[in-house]
Amino acid sequence: MNGFNADGFNADGFNAARLLEHKAGVAGAAILAVAALVAVVAPLLIPADALDVTRVTDPPWQAPGAGHWLGTDHTGRSIALLMVQGAGTSLFVGLTAAVLAVAIGALVGVVSGHFGGLLAGALLRVTDFFLVLPALVLAIALSTVLPRGLSTIVLAIGLTSWPSTARVVRAQTLTIEARPFVERARALGGGHGHVIARHVMPSVVPLVLVNATLAVASAIVAESTLAFLGLGDPTRISWGALLHQAQLHGAVPQRAWWFLLPPGAAIVVVVLAFTLVGRALEAVVTPKR
Amino acid sequence: MRLAGRLGGAALSLVMVAVLGFFLFRVVPGDPVVSMTRGRPTTAAMQAELRAQFGLDRPLHEQFFSYVSSLLHGDLGTSFTFRRPVAEVIGERLGPTVLLVGTATLIAVGLGLWLGVRAAWRRDSAFDRATTGVSLTLWAVPTFWLGMLLMMVTGDLFPSRGMRDTDTAPDFVSQALDVAHHLVLPSITLVAVVCAEYVLIMRSSLLEEMHAPYLVTARAKGLRDDLVRRRHAVPNAVLPAITLVFLRFGLVVAGAITTETVFSWPGLGLLFYDALTGPDYFLLQGLLLVTAGAVVVMNLLADLLHGVLDPRVKAV
Repeated sequence: MNGFNADGFNADGFNAARLLEHKAGVAGAAILAVAALVAVVAPLLIPADALDVTRVTDPPWQAPGAGHWLGTDHTGRSIALLMVQGAGTSLFVGLTAAVLAVAIGALVGVVSGHFGGLLAGALLRVTDFFLVLPALVLAIALSTVLPRGLSTIVLAIGLTSWPSTARVVRAQTLTIEARPFVERARALGGGHGHVIARHVMPSVVPLVLVNATLAVASAIVAESTLAFLGLGDPTRISWGALLHQAQLHGAVPQRAWWFLLPPGAAIVVVVLAFTLVGRALEAVVTPKR
Repeated sequence: MRLAGRLGGAALSLVMVAVLGFFLFRVVPGDPVVSMTRGRPTTAAMQAELRAQFGLDRPLHEQFFSYVSSLLHGDLGTSFTFRRPVAEVIGERLGPTVLLVGTATLIAVGLGLWLGVRAAWRRDSAFDRATTGVSLTLWAVPTFWLGMLLMMVTGDLFPSRGMRDTDTAPDFVSQALDVAHHLVLPSITLVAVVCAEYVLIMRSSLLEEMHAPYLVTARAKGLRDDLVRRRHAVPNAVLPAITLVFLRFGLVVAGAITTETVFSWPGLGLLFYDALTGPDYFLLQGLLLVTAGAVVVMNLLADLLHGVLDPRVKAV
């Protein structure tokens, strides 16, 4: 972690002890660890029959009780099992879409910050344009036009949520490049590649991590919204898709709270956890003014 | 000079919106007619007729030029499902959305800015912690889920579908009361989600001002804490916050889509949902142009207003 000290970006350095001071962030990280474990391990333990609509034998719309501790859905499947199965899809889409968005944002940000001139002007213009447009509307348009599937959702969210990262990364790149040590590196013959890799990147990476964490939070909400609108992958169970089913089959008029409450609560808890971790990282990474 | 730059920027954004609309709905899908008639019994001859009817049989560049010239004439094309001009269909649904979004934005801005100021002024107090915690949680809540929960919890207390009942007396007062009654749940949903963002914006905006030297001066003059806040800190902090509120207008638009879908509120959001379930690309394209255009205009307004209200901006 010498990189941070060397370029003067963060005088205190990046250390775990400071991160631990942020209790909310630690709590968020713990929640995420549990959620990830559930998402990875649980599907291996669920018998395939239990989630197959044609093979379940339990009565539909069963309230939570001895047999199913979270009740059953409109086809008689266990809500608890569906929730566990859905965790994987929601987390996977959230993570991959966030990685895609942040990668595009970082690339655009560094390029427009490092290379000036017409290219930077054009990139900045495009970034500002997409920053203003409602990302969800664009994501809906994209997922309507492309064939339904997991990769479409990831693309739709990833391609529409990169501009905020691009802005932050660009600002950071400009700040760093104005420093004397970059001028020195250039005077000594350092090319674009050298300046970007050795001087700009070390201070951009922590910011990118913060942005990625926050981007996962909004990507999970976006996934649930797209799935709720019926634009999700019809072959996969996600928390948003469960809420879509709940709405479609009238869980609200039937007062089937056990069908409605768990998926939404799971989304809130996981999204909040990502937000708390992101904010804790942000407090550690950004020096206090 | 600044005005000309802003106007030019907004005009360029509108052009980019138009190009994006064409690209998304005419270029990306390949053949829109095949996608739009999927799942319906259509023969090749019918598809060819539809293609000719919507001008999709011509080369792409010709389609683009006719698209641009129609746009300049205020023509957004013809809806595939309604078989009527898109502009007409959108115009009919504008009122309910303006009512819902307007009500919710006014309440959310008022409440959000007030809570944000209170929270920032007593940083790390119990009130601040509670407000920030609730805001962060609400920010994580999917809008549609909150709407469904409210519907289930309130039961028959408020109507949960549409904008008015058919059996309401036709006089103005009864009609207005009926619409207001229908408006309660959708606006609470929209306010809750949008307000959370405003609280956080206002809070951080005021925190930026907290250690400014002019506040020390104001306190040294012996002003009451209350006056320091109202006369000195808030006026400086509220302008950037208001600009950000306008900048996040896209958030309200997104919220309106899911809220209207959940509550069957007959506005643009519900129309959006109907268009995407069709799918009706021509209607979606029109909706994208109208919402994106509205967002661009809102930003321009915020920008100009900020320049008028805040002398510090002119100096830059």
